Amino acid sequence: MTAATASQTAGPYWHLIDFPEWADLLRADGPNAGVTGGERIVLTGRVTDGQGAPVADAMVEIWQADPEGRYDGAFHGFGRCGTDADGMFRFVTLKPGPVPGRGNQTQAPHVVLSIFARGLLKQLVTRLYFAGEALNENDPVLQAIEPARRGTLIARRTAAPGEWRLDIRLQGEGETVFLDV
Amino acid sequence: MTDPIGYRRPDPATQPPYDVPAYGSTHHRHPKQAPVRVPHTLTEVSGPRFSPAWYAPHADLSTLNGKAALGERIIVAGRVLDEDGRPVRGAMVEVWQANAAGRYHHPGDQHDAPLDPNFLGRGRVFTDEEGNYRFTTIRPGAYPWRNHPNAWRPVHIHYSLFGAGFAQRLITQMYFPGDPLLAYDPIFLSTADEAARNRLIARFDLDITEPEWALGYRFDIVLRGREATPFENDGAH
Repeated sequence: MTAATASQTAGPYWHLIDFPEWADLLRADGPNAGVTGGERIVLTGRVTDGQGAPVADAMVEIWQADPEGRYDGAFHGFGRCGTDADGMFRFVTLKPGPVPGRGNQTQAPHVVLSIFARGLLKQLVTRLYFAGEALNENDPVLQAIEPARRGTLIARRTAAPGEWRLDIRLQGEGETVFLDV
Repeated sequence: MTDPIGYRRPDPATQPPYDVPAYGSTHHRHPKQAPVRVPHTLTEVSGPRFSPAWYAPHADLSTLNGKAALGERIIVAGRVLDEDGRPVRGAMVEVWQANAAGRYHHPGDQHDAPLDPNFLGRGRVFTDEEGNYRFTTIRPGAYPWRNHPNAWRPVHIHYSLFGAGFAQRLITQMYFPGDPLLAYDPIFLSTADEAARNRLIARFDLDITEPEWALGYRFDIVLRGREATPFENDGAH
Protein backbone atom coordinates (compact mmCIF):
# COMPACT_ATOMS: atom_id res chain seq x y z
CA MET A 1 0.00 0.00 0.00
CA THR A 2 1.23 3.47 -0.88
CA ALA A 3 -0.04 6.25 1.34
CA ALA A 4 -2.10 8.99 -0.26
CA THR A 5 -0.15 11.85 -1.83
CA ALA A 6 0.56 14.70 0.58
CA SER A 7 -1.69 17.73 0.33
CA GLN A 8 -0.11 21.13 -0.41
CA THR A 9 -1.58 24.61 -0.21
CA ALA A 10 -3.62 26.00 -3.09
CA GLY A 11 -1.62 29.20 -2.59
CA PRO A 12 -2.64 32.72 -3.55
CA TYR A 13 -2.97 32.16 -7.31
CA TRP A 14 -5.56 29.39 -7.42
CA HIS A 15 -7.89 31.80 -9.28
CA LEU A 16 -6.36 30.42 -12.46
CA ILE A 17 -8.85 27.60 -11.89
CA ASP A 18 -11.63 29.93 -10.77
CA PHE A 19 -14.65 29.95 -13.04
CA PRO A 20 -17.02 32.32 -11.22
CA GLU A 21 -20.08 30.83 -12.92
CA TRP A 22 -19.48 27.58 -10.98
CA ALA A 23 -20.84 29.34 -7.87
CA ASP A 24 -24.28 29.30 -9.52
CA LEU A 25 -25.28 25.64 -9.58
CA LEU A 26 -28.51 26.59 -11.38
CA ARG A 27 -26.82 28.48 -14.24
CA ALA A 28 -28.69 28.18 -17.50
CA ASP A 29 -25.76 26.68 -19.41
CA GLY A 30 -24.52 24.41 -16.61
CA PRO A 31 -24.90 20.74 -15.71
CA ASN A 32 -28.18 21.39 -13.85
CA ALA A 33 -29.84 23.20 -16.75
CA GLY A 34 -32.47 20.46 -17.17
CA VAL A 35 -33.19 19.94 -13.47
CA THR A 36 -36.64 21.00 -12.29
CA GLY A 37 -38.23 21.21 -8.85
CA GLY A 38 -36.71 21.98 -5.50
CA GLU A 39 -36.32 25.20 -3.57
CA ARG A 40 -33.84 27.73 -4.92
CA ILE A 41 -31.62 29.09 -2.16
CA VAL A 42 -28.60 31.37 -1.79
CA LEU A 43 -25.78 30.39 0.59
CA THR A 44 -23.51 33.20 1.66
CA GLY A 45 -21.03 34.03 4.39
CA ARG A 46 -17.73 35.62 5.28
CA VAL A 47 -14.46 33.82 5.91
CA THR A 48 -12.29 35.51 8.54
CA ASP A 49 -8.94 34.67 10.12
CA GLY A 50 -7.68 34.65 13.71
CA GLN A 51 -7.42 38.43 13.73
CA GLY A 52 -10.95 38.86 12.44
CA ALA A 53 -9.65 40.00 9.06
CA PRO A 54 -11.47 38.86 5.92
CA VAL A 55 -9.79 36.01 4.06
CA ALA A 56 -9.93 37.51 0.59
CA ASP A 57 -8.12 34.75 -1.30
CA ALA A 58 -9.98 31.61 -0.23
CA MET A 59 -11.53 29.04 -2.50
CA VAL A 60 -14.77 27.66 -1.10
CA GLU A 61 -16.27 24.48 -2.53
CA ILE A 62 -19.63 22.92 -1.75
CA TRP A 63 -20.92 19.38 -2.16
CA GLN A 64 -24.53 18.51 -1.43
CA ALA A 65 -27.41 16.15 -2.11
CA ASP A 66 -30.42 16.99 -4.27
CA PRO A 67 -33.80 18.06 -2.81
CA GLU A 68 -34.69 14.37 -2.34
CA GLY A 69 -31.48 13.71 -0.41
CA ARG A 70 -29.79 11.78 -3.21
CA TYR A 71 -26.20 12.08 -4.37
CA ASP A 72 -26.66 9.87 -7.42
CA GLY A 73 -29.55 11.65 -9.08
CA ALA A 74 -29.46 14.10 -11.97
CA PHE A 75 -28.56 17.07 -9.78
CA HIS A 76 -24.86 18.07 -9.86
CA GLY A 77 -24.31 19.21 -6.28
CA PHE A 78 -20.88 20.77 -6.67
CA GLY A 79 -19.93 24.44 -6.67
CA ARG A 80 -16.81 26.58 -6.30
CA CYS A 81 -16.61 30.24 -5.28
CA GLY A 82 -13.71 32.54 -4.54
CA THR A 83 -14.06 34.91 -1.60
CA ASP A 84 -14.11 38.61 -2.48
CA ALA A 85 -12.21 41.50 -0.87
CA ASP A 86 -14.53 41.28 2.15
CA GLY A 87 -14.04 37.54 2.48
CA MET A 88 -17.56 36.85 1.21
CA PHE A 89 -18.71 33.81 -0.76
CA ARG A 90 -22.08 33.30 -2.42
CA PHE A 91 -23.62 30.19 -3.99
CA VAL A 92 -26.96 29.74 -5.74
CA THR A 93 -28.29 26.19 -5.42
CA LEU A 94 -31.24 24.02 -4.42
CA LYS A 95 -31.98 23.19 -0.81
CA PRO A 96 -30.85 19.60 -0.15
CA GLY A 97 -33.13 17.01 1.41
CA PRO A 98 -32.36 14.76 4.40
CA VAL A 99 -29.68 12.16 3.66
CA PRO A 100 -29.43 8.63 5.09
CA GLY A 101 -26.85 8.33 7.85
CA ARG A 102 -25.16 5.25 9.23
CA GLY A 103 -27.36 2.49 10.59
CA ASN A 104 -30.93 3.73 10.76
CA GLN A 105 -29.95 7.35 11.31
CA THR A 106 -31.09 10.26 9.19
CA GLN A 107 -28.87 13.24 8.54
CA ALA A 108 -30.51 16.64 8.57
CA PRO A 109 -30.26 18.60 5.28
CA HIS A 110 -26.68 19.83 4.98
CA VAL A 111 -24.08 21.13 2.57
CA VAL A 112 -20.39 20.28 2.85
CA LEU A 113 -18.11 23.32 2.76
CA SER A 114 -14.41 22.94 1.97
CA ILE A 115 -12.04 25.87 2.33
CA PHE A 116 -8.73 26.05 0.48
CA ALA A 117 -6.37 29.02 0.76
CA ARG A 118 -2.86 30.30 1.10
CA GLY A 119 -1.79 29.27 4.60
CA LEU A 120 -3.94 26.12 4.54
CA LEU A 121 -1.73 23.17 3.69
CA LYS A 122 -4.84 21.05 3.35
CA GLN A 123 -8.48 21.93 3.05
CA LEU A 124 -10.68 22.66 6.04
CA VAL A 125 -13.99 20.82 5.89
CA THR A 126 -17.18 21.72 7.69
CA ARG A 127 -20.93 21.46 7.10
CA LEU A 128 -23.68 24.00 6.72
CA TYR A 129 -27.01 23.12 8.34
CA PHE A 130 -30.25 25.09 8.19
CA ALA A 131 -31.65 26.77 11.32
CA GLY A 132 -35.10 25.61 12.37
CA GLU A 133 -34.82 22.20 10.72
CA ALA A 134 -36.42 19.65 13.09
CA LEU A 135 -33.97 16.94 12.01
CA ASN A 136 -31.06 19.02 13.35
CA GLU A 137 -31.95 17.76 16.84
CA ASN A 138 -30.97 14.20 15.95
CA ASP A 139 -28.30 14.77 13.32
CA PRO A 140 -25.32 12.51 14.15
CA VAL A 141 -22.68 15.06 13.16
CA LEU A 142 -24.27 17.91 15.10
CA GLN A 143 -24.69 15.55 18.07
CA ALA A 144 -20.95 14.78 17.97
CA ILE A 145 -20.16 18.47 18.55
CA GLU A 146 -20.32 20.09 21.96
CA PRO A 147 -23.56 22.09 22.21
CA ALA A 148 -21.81 25.44 22.74
CA ARG A 149 -20.07 25.17 19.37
CA ARG A 150 -22.84 23.59 17.29
CA GLY A 151 -24.09 26.96 16.17
CA THR A 152 -20.97 27.48 14.07
CA LEU A 153 -22.44 25.00 11.58
CA ILE A 154 -25.97 26.39 11.46
CA ALA A 155 -26.86 28.94 8.79
CA ARG A 156 -29.50 31.59 9.54
CA ARG A 157 -31.97 33.19 7.19
CA THR A 158 -31.14 36.72 6.10
CA ALA A 159 -33.58 39.45 5.13
CA ALA A 160 -33.25 38.45 1.48
CA PRO A 161 -35.77 35.80 0.35
CA GLY A 162 -34.28 32.31 0.15
CA GLU A 163 -30.91 33.46 1.44
CA TRP A 164 -28.99 31.73 4.25
CA ARG A 165 -25.79 32.94 5.87
CA LEU A 166 -23.01 31.08 7.64
CA ASP A 167 -19.76 32.82 8.54
CA ILE A 168 -16.56 30.80 8.78
CA ARG A 169 -13.99 31.72 11.42
CA LEU A 170 -10.75 29.92 10.82
CA GLN A 171 -9.23 30.61 14.25
CA GLY A 172 -9.93 32.07 17.67
CA GLU A 173 -13.15 33.52 19.15
CA GLY A 174 -16.14 31.68 17.73
CA GLU A 175 -13.90 29.37 15.74
CA THR A 176 -15.87 27.23 13.29
CA VAL A 177 -16.01 23.54 14.11
CA PHE A 178 -14.10 21.75 11.36
CA LEU A 179 -14.54 18.08 10.63
CA ASP A 180 -11.91 15.38 10.32
CA VAL A 181 -13.36 13.42 7.43
CA MET B 1 -29.62 0.21 4.25
CA THR B 2 -26.02 -1.00 4.23
CA ASP B 3 -23.53 1.43 5.67
CA PRO B 4 -21.18 2.90 3.08
CA ILE B 5 -17.54 1.83 3.19
CA GLY B 6 -15.45 4.77 4.38
CA TYR B 7 -12.01 5.91 3.36
CA ARG B 8 -8.91 5.11 5.40
CA ARG B 9 -7.46 7.75 7.69
CA PRO B 10 -4.01 8.96 6.70
CA ASP B 11 -0.90 8.41 8.81
CA PRO B 12 -0.45 11.98 10.13
CA ALA B 13 3.25 11.98 9.20
CA THR B 14 2.37 11.61 5.52
CA GLN B 15 0.23 14.77 5.42
CA PRO B 16 1.10 18.33 6.47
CA PRO B 17 -0.37 19.78 9.67
CA TYR B 18 -2.35 23.03 9.69
CA ASP B 19 0.01 24.87 12.04
CA VAL B 20 3.45 25.23 10.46
CA PRO B 21 5.40 28.04 12.18
CA ALA B 22 7.93 28.26 9.34
CA TYR B 23 5.12 29.01 6.88
CA GLY B 24 3.93 32.46 7.94
CA SER B 25 0.51 32.38 6.30
CA THR B 26 -0.55 29.55 8.62
CA HIS B 27 -0.21 31.74 11.75
CA HIS B 28 -3.66 33.31 11.68
CA ARG B 29 -5.36 30.73 9.51
CA HIS B 30 -4.95 27.43 11.33
CA PRO B 31 -7.74 26.36 13.69
CA LYS B 32 -6.72 26.11 17.33
CA GLN B 33 -9.33 23.46 18.09
CA ALA B 34 -8.89 19.88 16.97
CA PRO B 35 -11.20 18.90 14.13
CA VAL B 36 -14.11 16.64 15.09
CA ARG B 37 -13.78 13.19 13.60
CA VAL B 38 -16.93 11.98 11.90
CA PRO B 39 -17.62 8.52 10.48
CA HIS B 40 -18.04 8.53 6.72
CA THR B 41 -21.57 8.61 5.39
CA LEU B 42 -23.01 8.87 1.90
CA THR B 43 -22.00 12.55 2.03
CA GLU B 44 -18.30 11.72 2.24
CA VAL B 45 -18.14 8.62 0.04
CA SER B 46 -20.05 10.10 -2.87
CA GLY B 47 -18.63 12.88 -4.99
CA PRO B 48 -19.32 14.99 -8.04
CA ARG B 49 -19.05 13.45 -11.49
CA PHE B 50 -17.47 15.85 -13.93
CA SER B 51 -18.56 15.31 -17.48
CA PRO B 52 -16.11 16.61 -20.08
CA ALA B 53 -19.24 17.90 -21.83
CA TRP B 54 -19.61 20.53 -19.11
CA TYR B 55 -15.98 20.73 -18.01
CA ALA B 56 -14.05 20.95 -21.26
CA PRO B 57 -10.58 19.37 -21.25
CA HIS B 58 -7.62 21.58 -22.04
CA ALA B 59 -4.46 19.50 -22.25
CA ASP B 60 -2.06 21.86 -24.03
CA LEU B 61 -0.90 24.81 -21.95
CA SER B 62 2.09 25.43 -24.20
CA THR B 63 0.24 27.40 -26.87
CA LEU B 64 -2.40 30.10 -26.86
CA ASN B 65 -4.36 30.95 -29.99
CA GLY B 66 -1.86 28.96 -32.00
CA LYS B 67 1.18 30.84 -30.67
CA ALA B 68 3.84 29.08 -28.65
CA ALA B 69 4.62 30.12 -25.09
CA LEU B 70 8.22 30.90 -24.21
CA GLY B 71 10.19 28.38 -22.21
CA GLU B 72 11.15 24.75 -22.17
CA ARG B 73 8.26 22.63 -23.48
CA ILE B 74 7.52 19.59 -21.30
CA ILE B 75 5.04 16.73 -21.17
CA VAL B 76 3.75 15.67 -17.77
CA ALA B 77 2.03 12.30 -17.49
CA GLY B 78 1.20 9.82 -14.79
CA ARG B 79 -1.46 7.73 -13.15
CA VAL B 80 -4.01 8.50 -10.48
CA LEU B 81 -4.40 5.47 -8.21
CA ASP B 82 -5.93 4.81 -4.82
CA GLU B 83 -3.95 3.47 -1.87
CA ASP B 84 -4.69 -0.09 -2.98
CA GLY B 85 -3.17 0.58 -6.39
CA ARG B 86 -6.48 0.68 -8.22
CA PRO B 87 -6.83 3.25 -10.99
CA VAL B 88 -9.11 6.21 -10.37
CA ARG B 89 -11.04 6.46 -13.62
CA GLY B 90 -12.53 9.63 -15.04
CA ALA B 91 -10.92 11.80 -12.35
CA MET B 92 -10.89 15.49 -13.16
CA VAL B 93 -7.35 16.89 -12.83
CA GLU B 94 -6.89 20.66 -12.87
CA VAL B 95 -3.42 22.19 -13.04
CA TRP B 96 -2.11 25.73 -12.76
CA GLN B 97 1.38 27.22 -12.72
CA ALA B 98 3.70 30.19 -13.24
CA ASN B 99 5.23 30.90 -16.64
CA ALA B 100 8.84 30.18 -17.59
CA ALA B 101 9.95 33.42 -15.99
CA GLY B 102 8.31 32.57 -12.67
CA ARG B 103 5.25 34.81 -12.99
CA TYR B 104 1.59 33.85 -12.73
CA HIS B 105 -1.01 35.25 -15.08
CA HIS B 106 -2.79 36.65 -12.03
CA PRO B 107 -3.38 40.24 -10.89
CA GLY B 108 -2.05 39.41 -7.42
CA ASP B 109 1.37 38.42 -8.73
CA GLN B 110 3.57 41.53 -8.89
CA HIS B 111 6.91 39.74 -9.20
CA ASP B 112 9.21 41.74 -11.49
CA ALA B 113 9.34 39.11 -14.21
CA PRO B 114 7.69 39.30 -17.63
CA LEU B 115 4.24 38.00 -18.42
CA ASP B 116 4.01 35.86 -21.53
CA PRO B 117 1.07 36.81 -23.76
CA ASN B 118 0.98 33.24 -25.03
CA PHE B 119 0.78 31.55 -21.64
CA LEU B 120 -2.12 31.48 -19.19
CA GLY B 121 -0.91 28.55 -17.10
CA ARG B 122 -4.06 26.56 -16.48
CA GLY B 123 -5.29 23.22 -17.77
CA ARG B 124 -7.85 20.47 -17.19
CA VAL B 125 -7.60 16.81 -18.09
CA PHE B 126 -9.41 13.58 -17.21
CA THR B 127 -7.93 10.20 -16.35
CA ASP B 128 -8.66 7.27 -18.66
CA GLU B 129 -9.72 3.71 -17.76
CA GLU B 130 -6.25 2.93 -16.38
CA GLY B 131 -6.03 6.17 -14.41
CA ASN B 132 -3.63 7.79 -16.89
CA TYR B 133 -3.50 11.53 -17.48
CA ARG B 134 -1.22 13.67 -19.64
CA PHE B 135 -0.74 17.31 -20.53
CA THR B 136 1.77 19.51 -22.32
CA THR B 137 3.09 22.72 -20.82
CA ILE B 138 6.29 24.68 -20.32
CA ARG B 139 8.59 24.24 -17.35
CA PRO B 140 7.64 26.93 -14.84
CA GLY B 141 10.21 29.24 -13.26
CA ALA B 142 11.05 29.69 -9.60
CA TYR B 143 9.83 32.90 -7.98
CA PRO B 144 10.39 34.86 -4.78
CA TRP B 145 7.85 35.15 -1.99
CA ARG B 146 7.91 37.08 1.23
CA ASN B 147 7.68 34.28 3.75
CA HIS B 148 11.21 34.89 5.08
CA PRO B 149 14.30 36.77 3.87
CA ASN B 150 15.39 35.70 0.38
CA ALA B 151 12.59 33.13 0.13
CA TRP B 152 12.04 31.44 -3.25
CA ARG B 153 9.47 28.81 -4.13
CA PRO B 154 10.91 25.75 -5.83
CA VAL B 155 9.64 25.13 -9.34
CA HIS B 156 6.19 23.54 -9.09
CA ILE B 157 2.87 22.85 -10.79
CA HIS B 158 -0.33 23.00 -8.74
CA TYR B 159 -2.73 20.04 -8.98
CA SER B 160 -6.40 19.75 -8.04
CA LEU B 161 -8.00 16.28 -8.12
CA PHE B 162 -11.46 14.85 -7.59
CA GLY B 163 -11.80 11.13 -6.88
CA ALA B 164 -14.96 9.07 -6.57
CA GLY B 165 -15.69 10.32 -3.06
CA PHE B 166 -15.54 13.86 -1.71
CA ALA B 167 -13.28 12.56 1.09
CA GLN B 168 -10.66 11.88 -1.63
CA ARG B 169 -10.52 15.53 -2.72
CA LEU B 170 -6.87 16.58 -3.01
CA ILE B 171 -4.96 19.73 -3.87
CA THR B 172 -1.20 19.33 -4.07
CA GLN B 173 1.92 20.50 -5.87
CA MET B 174 4.30 18.67 -8.17
CA TYR B 175 7.99 19.54 -7.87
CA PHE B 176 10.94 18.89 -10.20
CA PRO B 177 13.89 16.60 -9.49
CA GLY B 178 17.17 18.15 -8.40
CA ASP B 179 15.70 21.52 -7.43
CA PRO B 180 18.06 23.05 -4.82
CA LEU B 181 15.21 25.21 -3.46
CA LEU B 182 13.33 22.19 -2.08
CA ALA B 183 15.68 22.05 0.91
CA TYR B 184 14.61 25.57 1.94
CA ASP B 185 10.89 25.47 1.19
CA PRO B 186 8.62 25.34 4.28
CA ILE B 187 5.64 24.24 2.17
CA PHE B 188 7.46 21.23 0.72
CA LEU B 189 9.05 20.48 4.11
CA SER B 190 5.72 20.69 5.98
CA THR B 191 5.14 16.94 5.54
CA ALA B 192 7.18 15.15 8.21
CA ASP B 193 7.67 11.84 6.42
CA GLU B 194 10.59 12.11 3.99
CA ALA B 195 9.34 9.37 1.67
CA ALA B 196 5.91 10.98 1.48
CA ARG B 197 7.55 14.33 0.73
CA ASN B 198 9.73 12.91 -1.99
CA ARG B 199 6.71 11.45 -3.75
CA LEU B 200 5.77 15.05 -4.55
CA ILE B 201 8.80 15.19 -6.85
CA ALA B 202 8.22 14.15 -10.46
CA ARG B 203 10.71 11.87 -12.20
CA PHE B 204 12.30 12.59 -15.55
CA ASP B 205 11.05 9.89 -17.94
CA LEU B 206 12.66 9.17 -21.28
CA ASP B 207 9.63 7.13 -22.37
CA ILE B 208 7.38 10.15 -21.98
CA THR B 209 9.97 12.39 -23.64
CA GLU B 210 9.22 12.96 -27.32
CA PRO B 211 12.21 13.24 -29.68
CA GLU B 212 12.80 16.69 -31.15
CA TRP B 213 9.80 17.96 -29.20
CA ALA B 214 9.64 17.94 -25.40
CA LEU B 215 11.11 16.45 -22.22
CA GLY B 216 8.83 14.13 -20.29
CA TYR B 217 8.13 13.90 -16.57
CA ARG B 218 6.16 11.28 -14.68
CA PHE B 219 4.06 12.24 -11.68
CA ASP B 220 1.83 9.59 -10.13
CA ILE B 221 -0.77 10.61 -7.58
CA VAL B 222 -2.38 8.46 -4.89
CA LEU B 223 -5.82 9.22 -3.47
CA ARG B 224 -7.19 7.73 -0.25
CA GLY B 225 -8.25 4.07 -0.39
CA ARG B 226 -11.30 2.39 1.05
CA GLU B 227 -11.30 0.81 4.48
CA ALA B 228 -12.34 -2.59 3.13
CA THR B 229 -10.77 -4.86 0.55
CA PRO B 230 -11.85 -4.56 -3.08
CA PHE B 231 -13.69 -7.89 -2.78
CA GLU B 232 -16.07 -6.42 -0.23
CA ASN B 233 -16.55 -3.30 -2.26
CA ASP B 234 -19.13 -4.38 -4.83
CA GLY B 235 -21.60 -1.74 -3.76
CA ALA B 236 -19.28 1.13 -4.61
CA HIS B 237 -20.03 3.21 -7.63
